This record gives sequence, C-alpha cells and structure tokens, in this order.
Amino acid sequence: MPENSAGTLAPPPAAKLNIKPPRIAGTLYRGREGMWSWVLHRITGIAIYFFLLVHILDTSIVRISPQAYNGVIEQYKTPIMGLGELALVIAIGYHALNGLRIILIDFWSVGARHQRLMFVIVILLWIVLIAGFAPTQIHNIILEAQGHASAS
Amino acid sequence: MTTETIPAPRSAYTPPKKRRVNWEKWGWLYMRISGLFLVVLIFGHLFVNLVAGNGVRAIDFAFVAGKLADPFWVVWDTLLLWLALIHGANGMRTITNDYAHNRTLRRLILLAILVSTVILLVLGTLVIYTFDPCPANAAAGTLPSFCPVK
Repeated sequence: MPENSAGTLAPPPAAKLNIKPPRIAGTLYRGREGMWSWVLHRITGIAIYFFLLVHILDTSIVRISPQAYNGVIEQYKTPIMGLGELALVIAIGYHALNGLRIILIDFWSVGARHQRLMFVIVILLWIVLIAGFAPTQIHNIILEAQGHASAS
Repeated sequence: MTTETIPAPRSAYTPPKKRRVNWEKWGWLYMRISGLFLVVLIFGHLFVNLVAGNGVRAIDFAFVAGKLADPFWVVWDTLLLWLALIHGANGMRTITNDYAHNRTLRRLILLAILVSTVILLVLGTLVIYTFDPCPANAAAGTLPSFCPVK
C-alpha cells in the first residue's frame, strides 16, 4: 500500500479508525479479540444455561420437604461442587462483563471503535472479580470440610 | 427535443407485502435488555447466597424459607427465573440455528428447548408462589426460627 504517496487520495477508512491493516480487515467478529470474546461468550453461556436447568430443578425440591431439600443442598457444599460453584461464578463473571461490552458496542456511538480496549477492561475486571470471590469460596469449602471431619 | 420513452417495468406492480413482526429483532433486543437486569439480579443472588455470612455453608431449607417469606425475594427470584431462563433458551436457540444444519435435528432441538423452558418456567413459578416455609411434613430442626413450635 503506497501509504506515504502524495496525499491525493483520502485516507482509507481503516486509517481513520486507527486500525492497522490487518490480515482480515474491517471485521469485528473474525480473528483476534472480537472473535475470541465471542467464542468465550458462547462457551460460558452454554455452561451457565445447563447449570440453570439443574438449579431450577434442585431448588424446586424445597416444595417437597425440608429434609429432601437439605439432602440435595448438602451436595452443593462438597469440595468438588464448591469448586464447581467457583467455576460457575467465573463463567458468569465473564458472560456478564462481556455482555455489557456487547451492549456498549451495539448502542454506544463509538462502542465498536473501542471494542478491543473494552475487551481488555473486561478481562481486567474479570480477574479482579475472581480474585475477590475465590478466597471467600475456598475458605468456605475448607471450613465446611473441616466441620464434617470434626463431626464424624 | 426528443421525447424520452420509459420502458415498461419487467415485473408487474405487486402490492407491498404485509409487514410481519420482526421476531429476530425483538429477540436481539431482549438479550440486551434482560442482560442488563440479569447483571444486577444474578450478582445480587450470588452475593447473598455465596458471599455474605457463611456463603454456601449457610444454605439449607430454613435459609431458603427465610428468603421466600420476604416479598422482596419472591419478586427477585421470579424475575431471575423468567429473565434468565428465557435469555438462556434464546441463546441456545441462536446457537442451535448456527450449528444444527440438519433440518429435522434442528427442529427437534428447538422443540426440546421450548418444551423444557415452558415446563421449568411453570414449575419454578409454582414453587415460588405455592411455597410453605413451615410445612407439616418437616423433620425436627429443619424449619426456620419464625415457624410456630409444634
């Protein structure tokens, strides 16, 4: 591309939007952050959906009897399920933050222009969220396991 | 001056088609609007159930009964159920349309999503609104403290 030639031509739109001429130019959803944010959004969305199906069913057991519900909810307090809840919160955290990014891309007039920066912000906030929740959850898993160990 | 002749159109005039509801557009909009609500509803739900107090360790029948005895959480959980399940089902519908190329398989999956969604919405709503925090069949020590002592 003769980018340095005398300025007879108007700069291409790509230069105006401050995008380097990439391998796949001018797309939001193919390659790099645009695509990977979308892939991760789908994967987390599917995982959360299947948890939601199970979660509505297990919560419905409150309608059967208190002891039936308590028996099921005990399973949510085991170490493996405790880590599962951590994974669930991690998935929800990404899906929520990236969902807000999608809303800004679609409705904010300059949203699409800043989608890569917003993706970086999403990842940073995600890390902060995980760092905030993981110690609490791991602490509760350990205390629960110790409680069972001392009770038996 | 020459008179310009306009050639006859290749197709006869057809009255404009009756405008249909653009369901895909409303679905697209629903994902964004419900998403905004769900950010608040789900993080609130997660904080109260997994972070506050003893986190997941505190959850049992008495905990749920205490929440559902409060109209605030009844409304919260109803919104959560409907907004989240329809949001999730619509997302799964989109993914199905993207990847299930076989027509029969696609219709089968879409039907399964629709049926499971309707069943779970009815079940969940019934559970929230017919819930008894002090049921007669309760074992000793499982009821919330506000229940009358038997």
